[in-house]
Amino acid sequence: MTQTLLHQILDYANRADPYPLYKELRKTPVHHEADGPYVVSTYYEIRGLLHDPRVSSDARNLASNAADPLASEAPAQESTLPPGFLKLDPPEHDRLRRMTNRPFGPPHSPHRVDGMRGELRDIVTGLIDGIGDPERIDLVEQFSYPFPVTVICRLLGIPREDEARFHVWADTLAASLDPDPDADTVGRGKEAQDARMQLGMYLAGLIEERRKNPGDDMLSQLATAQGDDGPMTTMELLSTAALLLIAGHETTVNLITNGMLTLLRHPDVLQRLRAEPRLAVPIVEELLRYEPPVQLVPQRTTLADIELRGVTIPKGSTLWLVLASGNRDPQRFEDPDRFDPDRPDIQHLGLGSGIHSCFGAPLARLETQFALAELARRLENPRLLDDPPPYRQNAVLRGPRHLHIACDGIRP
Amino acid sequence: MPGDGSLEQLKREGRIVVVGASLAGLRAAETLREKGFAGSLTMIGDEPCEPYDRPPLSKQVLLGRASADRTALPRLRSVDATWRLGSPATGLDMAARRVRLADGDEVPYDRLLIATGVRARRWPNEAEAELDGVFSLRTRDDSAALARRLDAGPKRVLVIGGGFTGSEIASACRERDLPVTVTERGAAPLVGALGGVVGAVAAEMQREHGVDLRTGVMVTALEGDASGRVRAAQLSDGTSVEADVVVVSLGALRNTEWLAGSGLGAGPRGIACDAGCRAFDIRGIVTDDVYAAGDVARCPHPLFGYQFLSLEHWGNAVSQARIAAHNMLSESTDRLPHMEVPSFWSSQFGVNIKSVGIPSMGTEILIAQGSLTDHRFLGVYGYQGRVIGAVAFDHGRWLPFYQELIESTAPFPPTFATVDRRPEGQRPLDADFPDPSVPTHGPTVTLSGYSPADRRMTFTPAH
Repeated sequence: MTQTLLHQILDYANRADPYPLYKELRKTPVHHEADGPYVVSTYYEIRGLLHDPRVSSDARNLASNAADPLASEAPAQESTLPPGFLKLDPPEHDRLRRMTNRPFGPPHSPHRVDGMRGELRDIVTGLIDGIGDPERIDLVEQFSYPFPVTVICRLLGIPREDEARFHVWADTLAASLDPDPDADTVGRGKEAQDARMQLGMYLAGLIEERRKNPGDDMLSQLATAQGDDGPMTTMELLSTAALLLIAGHETTVNLITNGMLTLLRHPDVLQRLRAEPRLAVPIVEELLRYEPPVQLVPQRTTLADIELRGVTIPKGSTLWLVLASGNRDPQRFEDPDRFDPDRPDIQHLGLGSGIHSCFGAPLARLETQFALAELARRLENPRLLDDPPPYRQNAVLRGPRHLHIACDGIRP
Repeated sequence: MPGDGSLEQLKREGRIVVVGASLAGLRAAETLREKGFAGSLTMIGDEPCEPYDRPPLSKQVLLGRASADRTALPRLRSVDATWRLGSPATGLDMAARRVRLADGDEVPYDRLLIATGVRARRWPNEAEAELDGVFSLRTRDDSAALARRLDAGPKRVLVIGGGFTGSEIASACRERDLPVTVTERGAAPLVGALGGVVGAVAAEMQREHGVDLRTGVMVTALEGDASGRVRAAQLSDGTSVEADVVVVSLGALRNTEWLAGSGLGAGPRGIACDAGCRAFDIRGIVTDDVYAAGDVARCPHPLFGYQFLSLEHWGNAVSQARIAAHNMLSESTDRLPHMEVPSFWSSQFGVNIKSVGIPSMGTEILIAQGSLTDHRFLGVYGYQGRVIGAVAFDHGRWLPFYQELIESTAPFPPTFATVDRRPEGQRPLDADFPDPSVPTHGPTVTLSGYSPADRRMTFTPAH
C-alpha cells in the first residue's frame, strides 16, 4: 500500500529532508485525508489562519478527538495541570501571557533579555572551551543542548543541577507532541501524563521556596506578582512554568543545531560569518525560514466553517499549519530552497504570527546569534562527519539527535 | 510620450524637486534612487534639520525617554540630493516649472513632488497664543520645548482638544504624575475618529488615569498674568481652569498656502490628485509633472467609493511616497494606483490602539472580540451592510484578519463565531459619530466629494 502524504511526512525515514514532501503538499494548499486534520501548507493561507479569530487553540473546541493523532495529549492535561497559555484562547490566554510577559519583556521589563548578553557570552565561551577532542564533537550534547538549558534555568531560577531530573520529563512531553500515527498512543499518553505530573510537583516545590525567598528570577517574580491582573493561581503558575521550561529548551536546541548544520552545508556563509559576526542577525532569520525548529502547528481548531482556496473546512475540524512548508512557498519567497541570508525581506513563519507568536523569540534569537557567531569564530576548519545526521523521532519539533563534527582546533 | 525615450532621458539627466523634507519626501527620494533615477534631486524643507520621525514627539520625548533631536528618520539608502533646508517654498510657476523659495531662489524641475504635509492649528487669538506657556505640538522644536516645560513640573497642564495627539499628551502628563485637564468640544475624546461607543472607553481610560476630562465644552479665552505667562483658561460652561501650561491640540492645517495662484488644485483640504498621486490643476485636469504625497495629498480610493481621502497617517505617507516616485519614472501603463488600506496607531494610558480601514465612515459598530468594559477589544465598523473599518484596543494582532474583510467588502455584521465573543458582541450598536456639521477637533480622515479644486470653498476654523 502506498503511504498517504501525511504518513510520509510523519515517517521517520523522511525526517532528514521533508521539504520535497511539503512541495508535494503545496499542490493542494488545503489538504485533507479521510478523517485526518486539514493540513494547510501555503504561506498566505497559513498566515491568514494564524490571525483568524475563527481559529481556536483550545483543544476543548474539537468536535471529536477520535480523528486526531495528537488526541492523547488532551486528557493527559486535564487530569494533571491546566493547559498553558499556548493552548488557551483569549481572554485567558491574553491574561496569562500578559502576566508572564511582565517580568520578561517591555514595557515592564525592557532590560531582561538584553541584560543577559554578558551571561550568554560567558556560557557560550565556557561550553566551547570545554569541548575537548576537536576530532569528534557531538554538537548537540556538548553545546546546543546545554546552552539554552542553562539559560532557561538561570532565567526561571531553576537550579542547574536539577537538569537531570526535568530533562527526562521534558523529553517525554516533547515526544508526546509527535503525531506518529503508529505509536502506542495510550501508553504514550500515560507516560506524558506521569511526566507532566512529576514536573508539576517538582515546580510546585520550587515555587514554594521562591515565595519564601524571592530572587530576581522570573519564577520568583511570577510567584509574587503585583500587576493589574493580580497574582496567578498556583495551578496557572505551575502550567506556565512548565510551558516556559519545555518550550524554552526544546526549540532553541534544534534551532542552534539546525543552524550549524546549515552553515556547514554552506561554507561560504560560514566564512562570511567568521569575518563579520553581525551577519548572525540575518542568518538566524533566514534559518528560521529555511529550517524552522517548529515545523508545524498541530493544535488549532475551527470555531466556524472557514472557506479557504475553494475548500470549506467545517467547524470543529483540526488544523495543521505547516510553517516549514509556508516558509518554502515560491509564491512568497523567490528561489525558496536556497539558503540566502541576503534576502531583502525574510518575513518567515518560523516563530509563528498572531497572538500565539513565539513568546521567547527575543531570547531565542539572541542565543542563536551568539551561538553561531562564536562557533564560526572559534572552530577551526569545522566539517560534518555525518550528513545527514541522525534525527530525533519528532516530526513537529524537528532537529538532529546528534551532530557529529570535527575541526582542526579551537581558537581562543 | 511612451517609448519616445523621454522617460529614459528623465531618468538619466532629469531634475526632480521634492518640496517637503519629512517622512514622505525622504521615502520618495529613496525610492527614486532605488528605481534608478540618476539625475539631480533637490530636497526643499522649511525646517533647518534633516528628516525626522514624528510619532515619538507626543510619546517618548514627552516622557523624557528620548531626546527630540535624536528622532532622525533612518535612511534606507543614500539619496545623493541637494538639500535646501530652512528655506521654505513660497511659490510655484507651473508654466516655467520652477519652485520659488523664501530666500528668493528659484529651483527648476522636470518633475515635482509636493509633500509639504500639515502644521498644527494655532490658537486663533493671536495675543493669547503668544502667552508664555502656550504650546502646540507638531515639530521637533515644539516637542523639545514642551518636554522642557514638563520637566520643570508645572502645577497643571491644560490640553485643548481630545483627539489622538491631545490624548497622547495627556497620557504622557499622567505618566509623569502631572495634573492635567483635557477639554473636548465633542461628547468624548477620539469621538471624531472612532465614534461615541469607543469614545466612551477613551473617556473612561482618561478618568481612571486621573485626567480631569471636560467634555462638551470649549475654551473661550486664555488669561495671562502680569509677566505674560498663561495662568488660566475660561470655558464655555462658565467655569475656569488654572493651568501654567496649555497645549493647543486642535488638529492640523494643510500646508498649501504657498500654492495659491499657481493654478494647482490645492486648498485647505489638501492637493487633489488621481489614484497615481498626480496632482490636478484647478480646471480638474490632471498634470503630468506635479505629484503629491503624504498628509497634504488627497486621492480617490477605489475601496471607499472613489472618494477623495486625505490621511494624516504615517503608513499612508510612506506608501504614497513610493507610489508617487514609482509613477514619476514610469510609462502610463506601468503606473501603480495608491490602494493601501488606511491604518494608524496610537499609544495612550497603557493601551495600544490600532485601526484599519475608515472607522469614521461606519454607522454601526460590533464588538467582535473582547469587551469594552475591559478596555481590551476589537470593534468592527459597518457601513451599508459591509465591513468598512476596525479598531483594536490591545488587540492589534487580529487586525490583519479584519483588514482582509475590509478589502473583500465582507458583509456586516459578521455572523461567524470567533474566540472571545462576549454577550455584548452579539449585535451591532450605533457607532455614534458626531454630526459632521458640528465641528469637533476633527477626525484624522477627511472625506470629501469629487471636487478636486473647489477654490470657492470657505474654510471655517474650529474656533
